[in-house]
Amino acid sequence: MSAMANPFPQAPANWKLPDRGKVAMAGLIIAESAIFTIFVVAYLFYVGKSLGGPTPREALETPIFYTICLLSSSFTIHFAGKSLERNKRGTFLGLWLITILLGGLFLYGTGQEWHRLIYEHGLTISTNLFGTTYYSLVGLHAFHVTAGLAMLCIVGIFALAGRVGADQSRRVDVLSMYWHFVDAVWIVVFTVVYILGR
Amino acid sequence: MSANAIVIQSAQVVDRTWIETLHEWLTTVDHKRLGILYVVYGLFFFVVGGIEALIIRIQLMHSHNTFVSPQVFNRMFTMHGTTMIFFVVMPILFGFANYLVPLMIGARDMAFPRLNAFSFWLSALGGFLLYFSFLGGSGLYGAGNAPDVGWWAYAPLGARAFSPGHSSDYWTLSLLVSGFGSIGTAINIIATVLCMRCPGMKLGRMPLLVWLYLVQAGMVLIAITPLSAAQIMLLIDRYLGGHFFDTQAGGSAVLWMHFFWIFGHPEVYILIIPAFAFLSEIIPVFSRKPIFGYPVMVAATVAIGLVSTSVWAHHMFTIGMNSYANSFFALTTMAVGVPTGIKIFNWIGTMWGGKIQFKVPMLFCIGFLVQFLIAGLTGIMQAAVPFDWQLTLSYFVVAHFHYVIVGGILFALFGAFYYWYPKMTGRMPSESLGKWHFWLFLIGFHLTFDVMHIPGLLGMPRRIYTYEPGRGWDTLNLIITIGAFIQAIAILLFVANLIISYFKGARAGNDPWDAWTLEWSISSPPPAYNFASVPTVASRRPLWDLKHPEDPDSRYE
Repeated sequence: MSAMANPFPQAPANWKLPDRGKVAMAGLIIAESAIFTIFVVAYLFYVGKSLGGPTPREALETPIFYTICLLSSSFTIHFAGKSLERNKRGTFLGLWLITILLGGLFLYGTGQEWHRLIYEHGLTISTNLFGTTYYSLVGLHAFHVTAGLAMLCIVGIFALAGRVGADQSRRVDVLSMYWHFVDAVWIVVFTVVYILGR
Repeated sequence: MSANAIVIQSAQVVDRTWIETLHEWLTTVDHKRLGILYVVYGLFFFVVGGIEALIIRIQLMHSHNTFVSPQVFNRMFTMHGTTMIFFVVMPILFGFANYLVPLMIGARDMAFPRLNAFSFWLSALGGFLLYFSFLGGSGLYGAGNAPDVGWWAYAPLGARAFSPGHSSDYWTLSLLVSGFGSIGTAINIIATVLCMRCPGMKLGRMPLLVWLYLVQAGMVLIAITPLSAAQIMLLIDRYLGGHFFDTQAGGSAVLWMHFFWIFGHPEVYILIIPAFAFLSEIIPVFSRKPIFGYPVMVAATVAIGLVSTSVWAHHMFTIGMNSYANSFFALTTMAVGVPTGIKIFNWIGTMWGGKIQFKVPMLFCIGFLVQFLIAGLTGIMQAAVPFDWQLTLSYFVVAHFHYVIVGGILFALFGAFYYWYPKMTGRMPSESLGKWHFWLFLIGFHLTFDVMHIPGLLGMPRRIYTYEPGRGWDTLNLIITIGAFIQAIAILLFVANLIISYFKGARAGNDPWDAWTLEWSISSPPPAYNFASVPTVASRRPLWDLKHPEDPDSRYE
């Protein structure tokens, strides 16, 4: 039976399955959401339970500018993906680099805030429960921003080398899902840390 | 086997040196090889965890025994629990998923073969890290020290002050690393099931095993991750001086319990759902009937997945929650029994009126049905809060969950081993050795775990190093230990069967059980490329359609 006829019934005419990259990224996002949920629960559970100072009210300043940076990077990456789909490589590259810049600005903002907290308020991860939960939650998010930036930079380098075209657009979309997730998590973290937690 | 089934010769065997073979296995990204690596790795740790169980049982054989020191005893029950859950059952279940899911949906491989290999090696690293603690637990200067904080490491036991040295760090890191491996595999399973199905394999036509693994993988995503998060917090506490679980600084020991059990209870269902999956494939084939109530089985599995995420605090009735929380968790715990009961009725419904063949895989499945029912009943008993207050942390609980894990999951796993062994190796396992294994293991199991309920009712606490004579526990504990050794002998027969049959077993052919799912349409063991031509399916039992073109299932579905 070397020249084998397919023994199974006829294939249905239009057999379409979801894109595996997107499904996998959705799975990763669900898993990551569960991790963040546990850290958010811990943060909320320990609000006001620190035995000593400094308290969030004394130490925290709302990072409005850097939040705007991160949230607007969601728009730039979205439109970057759209222009790649239409094979407008120049627009894609420009928007992509702006996204990296905005993400980098946000990370700089986090670093600056941590510097201020450590040197002006003496707040470290071992100072009190606020320090422990704050640095863990914000740090976990910053870690995800860093990982995302690393991936954005890799795509950026390939794009600068002229290797990213419309045929890569599905892969870029997967990365952009992750970036949207990182932004959405920041909305939760921002609400919990800077609004509810004070 | 009908004449028109396809026959594909297995790939030509070229003589290779052992170093080439080893290199091939270590660098493989083939889902079948990774599946076998998972299974072999799990079996190795199964023997290790079994030896730890025997050490525990010898120590408890009679009162005032000093077979091991109290310190070693603590390490043994910690390592036994951690090993059996994370490095035996999880890898073996993922191994079967890896092997079977692509074959059953007619795919070439998993969706992400390299992620698959990466996940396996992460899990493997986790196991080695855990056992390296025997050497490196207290650093280079010490004599070695394995974790001894119990498999749940309740705060503050896991804190630096109460767990000096590095033993708990090895425990934490190994669970963190293997957890990441599990998440990778779960994502891979979901992507494979949703995106790699062969033409015609609609969701409603997938074999139940594939459905159940899809649900299980979804649960892994939301249940293993809380454990990873809690382990990260514990590491922050231990290494960066954080205070998450440090009661001296206002931290909460109860929060750790919540986080652990938010993982811990769904974990039980993560382990049992694949066992359900094996039953749902094996029972129909050996009853010669299609599965009874396919859509209901799927719905019940999804329901179990959902409800089981909100039952965790029934492990914590004695920490002093208010009566509303107690009632909520008692009710959800009882509710999760309903979809589980539906499943048991469906399996019985499948057997009802069938031509049952009492082959070894079927025997293990029938054992599962009886024992899992009893395990469920003692579970419902403990869902009643006052009853749980009396018996929590006693040997009754130990008997209950071993009834689930050994009497349920392990029996189903043995059934799966005997059922798919011909597919994986091309050889039939010995039926007579298999029957010896089944009956000896059954006797040993019931001797150990039926009797174990009684010292629990008499007040014997779990994790106790030794006990006073004259409390009525001595004889019972001796019987339990004897049962454990009978089980150990049965396991030796099982391992012997696997090895002997690999060399001496009868040739299996493509389809030794006259089964209906796609993996039986190709040679045993399957060629590297799985299917020579992409199969298409029109019903839930593609091989039935193939063997009975005059009366295909597709006509009725």
